[in-house]
Amino acid sequence: MLVPLSWLKEYVDIDVTVEEFAERMIMSGSNIETVKNFADGVSGLVIGQVVSAERIEGSDHLNVCMVDVGPERGAEHGDGGPLQIVCGADNVRQAGIKVIVSLPGAVLPGGYKIKKSKLFGTVSNGMICSAQELGFDEKSVPVDIREGIWVMPDDLEVGSDAVKAVGLDETVVDFEITPNRPDCLSIIGIAREAAAVFGKKLRYPDNSSVLNESAPDAGDASGFVDVVIEKPELCPRYVARVCTDIGIKPSPFWLQRRLMFAGMRPINNIVDITNYVMLEYGHPIHAFDIRTIEGSAIVVDTAADGEKFTTLDGKERELSADMLLIKDRAKPVAIAGVMGGLNSEIVQDTETIVVEAANFSADSIRLTSKKLGLRSEASSRFEKGVSAELSSGAADRVCALVAETSSGKVVGGAVDRYPGKKGMAKVDVRVKRMNDLLGTDIPAGDMVSMLQSLEMEAELNGDGSVITVTPPHVRVDLCEEIDFSEEIARLYGYNELDSTLHRDNAESQVPESWRLRSLARATLVGAGYTEIQTYSFVSPKGADRIALPGGAAGRDFVKLINPLGEENSVMRTTLLPNLLDILSGNNNRGNDAVRLFEVGNTFKASGNIGPDAELGLPAESVSLSMGFYGAGGFHDLKGAVGILFAKLGIGEVSYLPDEETGAWHPVRCAKMLVRGKGGSGIADADGGAGTLVTVGHIGEIHPDVAKEYGFDMPVFAAEIDFDALVSLSDMNREYTPLRRHPALTLDIALLADEGVSVADIERIAAANGGELLESVKLFDVYRGEQIEAGKKSLAFNLVYRADDRTLTDGDVAEVHAAILKKIADETGAALREA
Amino acid sequence: MERTPEQVLEEARALIADAKSEDDFESARIKYLGRNGEVTALLKSMGQIPAEERKEYGKVANAVKQEITELINGGKARALAESRAAKLMSERIDVSEPGTDIPFGALHPITQTIDEISRIFIGLGYSITEGPEADTVFHNFDALNAAPNHPSRDLSDTFYITEDTLLRTQTSPVQVRTLMSSEPPIKVISPGRCFRADTPDATHSPMFHQVEGLLVDEGVTMADLKGTLDAFAKRMFGSGVATKFRPHFFPFTEPSAEMDMSCFVCGGEGCRVCKGSGWIEILGCGMVHPNVLKVGGLDTERYTGFAFGMGVERIAMLKHGIDDIRLFYENDVRFIGQFA
Repeated sequence: MLVPLSWLKEYVDIDVTVEEFAERMIMSGSNIETVKNFADGVSGLVIGQVVSAERIEGSDHLNVCMVDVGPERGAEHGDGGPLQIVCGADNVRQAGIKVIVSLPGAVLPGGYKIKKSKLFGTVSNGMICSAQELGFDEKSVPVDIREGIWVMPDDLEVGSDAVKAVGLDETVVDFEITPNRPDCLSIIGIAREAAAVFGKKLRYPDNSSVLNESAPDAGDASGFVDVVIEKPELCPRYVARVCTDIGIKPSPFWLQRRLMFAGMRPINNIVDITNYVMLEYGHPIHAFDIRTIEGSAIVVDTAADGEKFTTLDGKERELSADMLLIKDRAKPVAIAGVMGGLNSEIVQDTETIVVEAANFSADSIRLTSKKLGLRSEASSRFEKGVSAELSSGAADRVCALVAETSSGKVVGGAVDRYPGKKGMAKVDVRVKRMNDLLGTDIPAGDMVSMLQSLEMEAELNGDGSVITVTPPHVRVDLCEEIDFSEEIARLYGYNELDSTLHRDNAESQVPESWRLRSLARATLVGAGYTEIQTYSFVSPKGADRIALPGGAAGRDFVKLINPLGEENSVMRTTLLPNLLDILSGNNNRGNDAVRLFEVGNTFKASGNIGPDAELGLPAESVSLSMGFYGAGGFHDLKGAVGILFAKLGIGEVSYLPDEETGAWHPVRCAKMLVRGKGGSGIADADGGAGTLVTVGHIGEIHPDVAKEYGFDMPVFAAEIDFDALVSLSDMNREYTPLRRHPALTLDIALLADEGVSVADIERIAAANGGELLESVKLFDVYRGEQIEAGKKSLAFNLVYRADDRTLTDGDVAEVHAAILKKIADETGAALREA
Repeated sequence: MERTPEQVLEEARALIADAKSEDDFESARIKYLGRNGEVTALLKSMGQIPAEERKEYGKVANAVKQEITELINGGKARALAESRAAKLMSERIDVSEPGTDIPFGALHPITQTIDEISRIFIGLGYSITEGPEADTVFHNFDALNAAPNHPSRDLSDTFYITEDTLLRTQTSPVQVRTLMSSEPPIKVISPGRCFRADTPDATHSPMFHQVEGLLVDEGVTMADLKGTLDAFAKRMFGSGVATKFRPHFFPFTEPSAEMDMSCFVCGGEGCRVCKGSGWIEILGCGMVHPNVLKVGGLDTERYTGFAFGMGVERIAMLKHGIDDIRLFYENDVRFIGQFA
């Protein structure tokens, strides 16, 4: 809400500096975005008169102008006569117009300095200014001067200081109005706040004198038009006034200028006056040409389903039965509170107007505006709430301005239908309740004064404990006792309140899942992986890119009704596509050997079995993804995953070859299984607690998928069901006594078929090692010239140990031989000849 | 008997004086003190010395042995020390060569900021609670006293899954869930992801993170709100920062406020970070609206409370001088690595 201070000062005296004004308004709740003075840093502007203007030969738009800037300024920059100035605007070629000239040495807003220059070989002693060059936003500049220079009223004195003459020394304050305070979307609303903050009296516009003497002979408005409200629940009030002898013309300069400062484009006197009153009172106004009103009546009624209507902007709109219309006896003339009709608009030869100051239901306007996709200044105000009490004053104000600006004559009286009239409710405010809430000790009398300063009726009861308050009708936000706590607090001053800490015995608790996520992150960072955070909404195409089969759980998407775009239209079911995307982005930017991980939520449309299922919410679970490209291979990733599992207290993990989804290399992928804790309730489909649970996948990304993400090198990744890890985690660490007797380590090298897995050999050794075998650990794998094709050499350490003695070769000979035999029997792998 | 102890000693002294290496001393030891060494021989020959001279001879021979032993041992130790020193000197390395490239990761700055905020509130006795990122219109709006026409409910502001479910626009629905499921004293923070239908630009992201807090108990005042958040600002940005509170509007609090903090960069003088104002807007807060407490079935005469919420990205950007919110989700390791 742009508020020119000169306008505000018509209703309240402000006798502090602009800085203090802004600071105190902000601290009392009227937040300010910007404060701008149009004359700040501006100098060297003078009123000039164009004596002549001709197109420069050979130029398609430049004009050479002779501009009279008065003898004094003329002598400073020339011989005292008119100065030659080059101007590119078409509308400069109207000899005799007054303009704003920035002379050489002048400074325009933004610090732009004007110099004597040569354009198209022609000397230019400065510049003729457009409104935009003086700091006005294009949307507030009249259409006819938007592409040209700003033409000044004739009565400005040539050679005078333009800042003064045009009134550019105007401070405009941009207030941020919160949705609860629609009353402040008006100059008078802001003035009401300022009056309370600075202890001043609020003056309302006085329209009485103008109204009474304008058109005494014209009769009464009711002779021109009747008003019938068919839907009083949607239209609590409708005030119509009439003005005759209208002459459509530009508004007086002061009015235009004020609208421009307030960010609104001047159009013509009648439109400008309705806009002016809307800004001043916060009440939207509409005006009809009475010639278009058939049957001399305004009828407020809803539309018929499918009815077509063309609005002011020339667009035909299809209406529905819940939309409120302003009609005459024959046809609709406006969509109530949203936009007028093309059929009833004010035109150049309009003579008599009906001024509408009506009140419409906020919900109805919001719905209509939303359905039609049509928002206007009026509709956005009605949506937020406009007080019906304002209507007659606003209508009067329009008429007063019509008279004051000699735009027409005002017909006496108003047609005022007010079926929705209701008084403001009284609210009891307990003094102790307020003080208890604020931690203050404000005396009741002080509270009363504060409330009264905001134009509330406030009355203290006999024992001084309760204030009965009637807020002004515009304060639609004040309904219950609690609402007054902020009024008292902000006038008392938030920064005058104490600053204390509440005493309680609350004990901080952190959920296990949170703790484990932190631990997982720290672990992976320690293992050399960098954390990423990626969008929760993704493109459904990601499922195709990672070659998820049709019908896979990863395609059970939660879809957004209103996504930003297709690429953000579904919730991620897996972290894999985002991981590959980010790896790819890093690769494209030339980052070498990047290792990444993410911990985040994934979503599936079905399968929510938690307490939120009955709320209709999707299944949401935490996943962990990790992966890399560059140095390393599958087993590097497996090593990091192993550290993660160890840190999270996950028991033994099995890695089983898996060819489940298309994202993975067919023979370089494993699913990871963990034995469920007894009674944990976690189990896969074929068994109860204690069976193996799949916790994720790890592998090389299928080269086709990697290629899809721009990789021509291997990419490795893992995705882990973090919720499952949380269930499986056992963070208890129980001490196992250290074994004090020395171990006996025997190394074996086995020649095995490629199909024999290390896990097979480990399993057989463990199963046959009895009490003496402590561990089996692979320490070398060899394939190559020394051995036949299709075979590999696997070298293991077998560590034997006893708790009661130091083992000798003889002690373990039997069990060692048994292990080797079992391995040979079951896998065909035999000891390699040394 | 050919040589006297004195002669042996003299010759030994000369030999040892010339000895340099450990080996030289070792050969000297063998020559004099070994099983067939000359000093050993002197001592062995004691039997041939006349009895009356034997005592004196023994004394001298033993003194010779002791001296030679000391000379050899001392020299040997010196030689050892010298050779070790020489060896060490030959092992000089260039300490200016770079360290070995050990892969190291970094926590995302959003995580780090959430962790830091959380640690402060955990220290103040707050518990952490979390809720789903997809939640109901009831939890996200209705229960938070948002008017049916509140613009934040619009399709242009909020991502909807169905008419009744949405991506939460704030972490406040977790407060609602907490109020509905627990009894005062309630003292929680809820960090998490939020979503709003903003087109990404340097200062907007359709996905972002918040940390919200809620304290509900008997006798909680707005002064407590101020004291708590002032303490937070000082712990987060340094004990030198000051705070001020401006009235604002949130549907779920009354009174509502925004907290500004004196600029931690310029100390209030005005700089690029605070856009010259000396103050930085940090968070929104207020006293929990009784209508919200009622959702949790609480006696609003008995219990009062305060709530606050802050944008994690904003705080991270302020703290680290990051000028584009999109960097957080671009996830370039060169960016994240700066916060390792």
